[in-house]
Amino acid sequence: MKREDIIDGLKGGAIIAISSAPFAILFGAVAVDNGLSVLDAAIMSATVYAGASQLVGIELFDHHVAPWLIVLSVFAVNFRHILYSAALTRFITHFSPVQKFFAFFLLTDPQFAESVKRGEDGRGVSFEWYLGFGLSIYFPWLFFSTVGAWFGSMMGDPRTLAIDVLLPTYFMGLVLGFRRRSGFYPVVLASTLGSIAAYHFVGSPWHVSIGAAVGVAVAALLPLPASEPEPMAEKAEA
Amino acid sequence: MSEVLNPEMLLLIFAAAVATFLTRVGGYVLITRMKTIPPRMEQALNAVPAAVLTTLVAPAFFNGGWDVKIAMSVALLVSLRYPGLIMLAAGWAAAMASRHLLGF
Repeated sequence: MKREDIIDGLKGGAIIAISSAPFAILFGAVAVDNGLSVLDAAIMSATVYAGASQLVGIELFDHHVAPWLIVLSVFAVNFRHILYSAALTRFITHFSPVQKFFAFFLLTDPQFAESVKRGEDGRGVSFEWYLGFGLSIYFPWLFFSTVGAWFGSMMGDPRTLAIDVLLPTYFMGLVLGFRRRSGFYPVVLASTLGSIAAYHFVGSPWHVSIGAAVGVAVAALLPLPASEPEPMAEKAEA
Repeated sequence: MSEVLNPEMLLLIFAAAVATFLTRVGGYVLITRMKTIPPRMEQALNAVPAAVLTTLVAPAFFNGGWDVKIAMSVALLVSLRYPGLIMLAAGWAAAMASRHLLGF
């Protein structure tokens, strides 16, 4: 059973590792292009371990944004993990505190999705499975970021290979991924107008925080959906 | 770009790592303490990722040259039907084509 769980975890994680490898390579290459060393990129992948926020972080770093704003943006991009850890809690009550520490460190989008699936269909979330799944994503992520950074440092002008286009395109893909959320279009429109206006009248890097603030303010002011919002605790138990 | 470690960069990376870990453990801490999140606050929090990311996309598009505009438009169209990686490849191919073949 335990052995099976480990193998199951390693297998499931390997699939995710392969599909996220291009993003890890992209991160490494762009990180070096934006002024990080190969070692910096590797340390970032090893300690932050959250692809989209790593890319946001290095993009802002290149814009010479104030450090606290970079950290805040990383926090903002990772904000969804708060909802993940809230919803995951009920499946991992049997973990020891040390196991919980590692579980939360390794909590990524696929890790969350797979854990909930296992928890709900009765297979259960054993620590062996969780760790097997998590580590078979973690180490390839680290490895491929380093490979990407190393290739990035060998490359000349990033424009020749169109590396500079990858990041905004990737972010656009992430934005589009939210398009089924309620309030998506007004929020994106507000952030677009806010960031463009701030870019012209205030200047970079402030367009990021101003544009984001406009979008979030619009979201807060939008009419609430008709259904009564459920309390968080109930949602986690549902 | 030296391989010598820059302490400021390291500090920044570790701060980002701590911020990320806080989000990953935060829900667990909150759920044991808090019963409800005000609905407007939840709605605002849900909008944070799209709002932040849009500010990285829109200026890149509007301030970019024709090569960037073509690449991102192609990617946008492709993303309506295909997953992220194919979108990224299409955008990249369009950028390469507009730079090396069309000469933007």
